[in-house]
Order: sequence, then C-alpha cells, then structure tokens
Amino acid sequence: MDGFDFAVIRDSLPFVWQGFLFSAGLTLFATICGLAFGTLLALARLSGHIWLSLPATVYVNAMRSIPLVMVILWFFLALPLLTGKPVGAERSAFVTFAAFEAAYFSEILRAGILGIPRGQLQAAQALGLAPMQTFRYIVGPQAIRPMLPILLTQVIVLFQDTSLVYAIGAKDMLKAAEISGKNYNRPVEMYVFIGLLYFVICFGLSRLARGWSRGRFAA
Amino acid sequence: MIEIRKLSKWYGDTAVLRDCDLSIRKGEVVVVCGPSGSGKSTLLQCINGLEPFQQGDVVVDGIHVARAGRALPRLRARLGMVFQRFELFPHLDVMDNLCLAQRRVLGRTQGASEDKARVLLDRVGLSEHAGKYPAQLSGGQQQRVAIARALCMDPICMLFDEPTSALDPEMIGEVLEVMNQLAADGMTMVVVTHEMGFAHRIAHRVVFMDGGRILEDTETAAFFSAPQTERARLFLSRILSH
Repeated sequence: MDGFDFAVIRDSLPFVWQGFLFSAGLTLFATICGLAFGTLLALARLSGHIWLSLPATVYVNAMRSIPLVMVILWFFLALPLLTGKPVGAERSAFVTFAAFEAAYFSEILRAGILGIPRGQLQAAQALGLAPMQTFRYIVGPQAIRPMLPILLTQVIVLFQDTSLVYAIGAKDMLKAAEISGKNYNRPVEMYVFIGLLYFVICFGLSRLARGWSRGRFAA
Repeated sequence: MIEIRKLSKWYGDTAVLRDCDLSIRKGEVVVVCGPSGSGKSTLLQCINGLEPFQQGDVVVDGIHVARAGRALPRLRARLGMVFQRFELFPHLDVMDNLCLAQRRVLGRTQGASEDKARVLLDRVGLSEHAGKYPAQLSGGQQQRVAIARALCMDPICMLFDEPTSALDPEMIGEVLEVMNQLAADGMTMVVVTHEMGFAHRIAHRVVFMDGGRILEDTETAAFFSAPQTERARLFLSRILSH
C-alpha cells in the first residue's frame, strides 16, 4: 500500500450514490411505515381492550428482544414461503425494517401519549369530544413535539442500521463502498470515506434533533 | 334538571360515595362543600360521566348518564365544566381553545364559532387576549378563559370543580366575579368550593359532604346560621375562624 489514493473515491462516487439512495430510501420508507404501524400498535396497547393490547404487547416485546440482523435474515427466508415466490433482498429489507422499527416507534409514541396529563383528557371529554377527536386534536399534537428529538434519534440509529442488510446481500451505501474498494483494490480509502460520510449525515441529523429539542414550545 | 339517586362508588374496597341523593332544578346555584377527600369532586365528575360509578342513577335532562353510551359526548357538551387547574389546551391559542369543540362537536362554522367566542371573551373581560397562548396568561385569566370555553357550548348547566383553589389570593376575586355574573344571569350551577363567602352570597342551597355521604342539603341562610349536623358545625367553625 503506497499512501492514500483518493482518486478512487471520485471514480466510485456514482456507485456509492446508488447505495446512498437505497439506504436513504430504506430509512425513509421504514420511518413512514414504521410510524404508521407504530401508532396503531401504541393505540392498541393503550386501548384497554385485552384483544387489542395483548397481541400488540407481544409483538413489540418480541421485536425488541431479537437482534435486527436475525429479523432481517428471518424475513428474507420466511417471506418467500408466505408469498410463494422469491421476494428479493431489497424488497425484503423494506418490509423487515418497517416491521422492526414500528416496535421501537410505538414505544416512543406510547410514552409520549402517556405523558399528557389526565386533566387534558378530562377537559376534552367534558367538552364533548369523542375519543378519536380527543386523540387527533388534543393528545396527538401535544405529544408529538416533545417526542420529535427522540424520534429523530431513532431515525439516525435506523439509518446506521440499514448497513445490516449486508446479511442478505442488498446493496446499501456501505456495501457499495465495499464493492468499490475491492474493484479498485483501495479498501482503506473507501472505508475511511464511507465512515466520514456516515458521520456527516448522522451528526448533521443529530444537530437538527438538538435544535428541535430546544424548540419554541412553551408549555 | 339533574337527579342523583342512591349514588355509590367504590375504588376497590374503599367507598368514595355512599347513597348520595341530590336534585338540582333549572336556575339553581348549589354549592358543594366539605373536607378534602369527602367525595365532592367525585360527585361532580359523576354528573357528566367523567367518573364511572357502580350503583345508583344520575339523570341529566332526562338522560341516564351511565346508560348514555354513544350519546355521552353529546350530553357532556351540554354540561360546561371548569377544572381546578384550568386545563386549557396549551398548544392552542385562546381563540382556538374556545372554537375547537364548537366546530368539532356542535358542527358550527369557523365564523360562527369565532363570533360566539368573541362575545364570551368580552363577557369575561379578555377580548384583547384572543391571540395569546395559555402560558402567556395569569392563572386568573386562564380560569376566565376556561369559563368562556365552557360557555361557548351553550350549556344547560355549569359544573365548577374547585375553580379558585389553584389561584393566588388576588386572582380569586376576578374569577368569582365572573361566576357571580353567571349566577345573576340565571345559569344553573353546581360549584364545589371552599369559598364560603361566595357560597353565602350566591348559593341557593349548600350541600355538605363528609366521608362520601351527603350530610346536609340546606337552604343557604339556614346552613350558615344553624347547620343541622355537628360535623357541619365543626367544619364551618374551622373554615370561618381564619
């Protein structure tokens, strides 16, 4: 190895960009679907109906007790059995991450909802608001602001975790850098570069989360 | 208008209400007093179904609260409630606090809700504060907004749950003044309070509770001059001596 050759980075940029798009797309998809499914899970757990809360509780605790890599592998192997045809690493990753993140998001949402004082619920009920209206107009908007920094932190972790799709051979940002490093025989440069890239993206997002947590919301 | 018959409620083995009977006619102002933990607030919250109960009947305007089911929100909308800790919605400004339920529960238009809100804000003397958030208002102002919010729904009766207990002494007067005005306008009111001066001036009847029971239900003048029970006499002597 004769010093650093950073030309490899420039040459591999288009390929790494493809990987970045996959990682970012996976993060975005898992965030949106995970939040939607996670909200349903949180509401089910808070509903007070055993047939809603019990399955949701089991699901959330199961997902949170299993390493993500294992979940990725299981889904990759199990999904084709369910659908009857090969799903492909990329699509399997999208489903897995949405299902996995929903468990974590639901816990953040549940804590946020439980943090709303009982008096606020009573005030909403006393005015005649129905349960769903109370959630939509009173509880939801108040719960979301204190949750934003924690949710964004979870998204940052999620973005880093997308690199775990190496286990099923999907081409994310890290995988793209690894392939480029091998092709040009410059793995060290590529790993340094990709490490910096993760740092810049995640650090940037965490600064954003900090800005939000100092937010304008005066309770 | 409100009929409470043989109302009992338990938390586990502990009885918080025992065989309470109370009836409130249209236009009446009834003050409920008694030591803390006597069940006053619980009784009040059974009237609009915020607290469930195990035994007895609560009938509001001909509707059984315990059996109202899906009609309960509509019934609650017709009973204005004011809380000890105001419970304004902190994420909404004053105008939105007043308009939300008018629009979502009564189905009024934005314009009609705002007109109504402005009339009531003026009535509680807070017209200039429509654009402020609750955190920007004093306790007394917040409680007056809360009263206006309840009045926006055109309630048939107002329920007050210790409306001045969380206020600095100098702010109590402004809230009581608004309540005086309401009573003078003929509003039906049930008021849980320790403000015996207010009770003396405004109430038609005083209900005294202890240990989950209604011990007295007496004309105001008679209650203050000659309480029927020893327990009420003791309570009055303690509360009036300072």
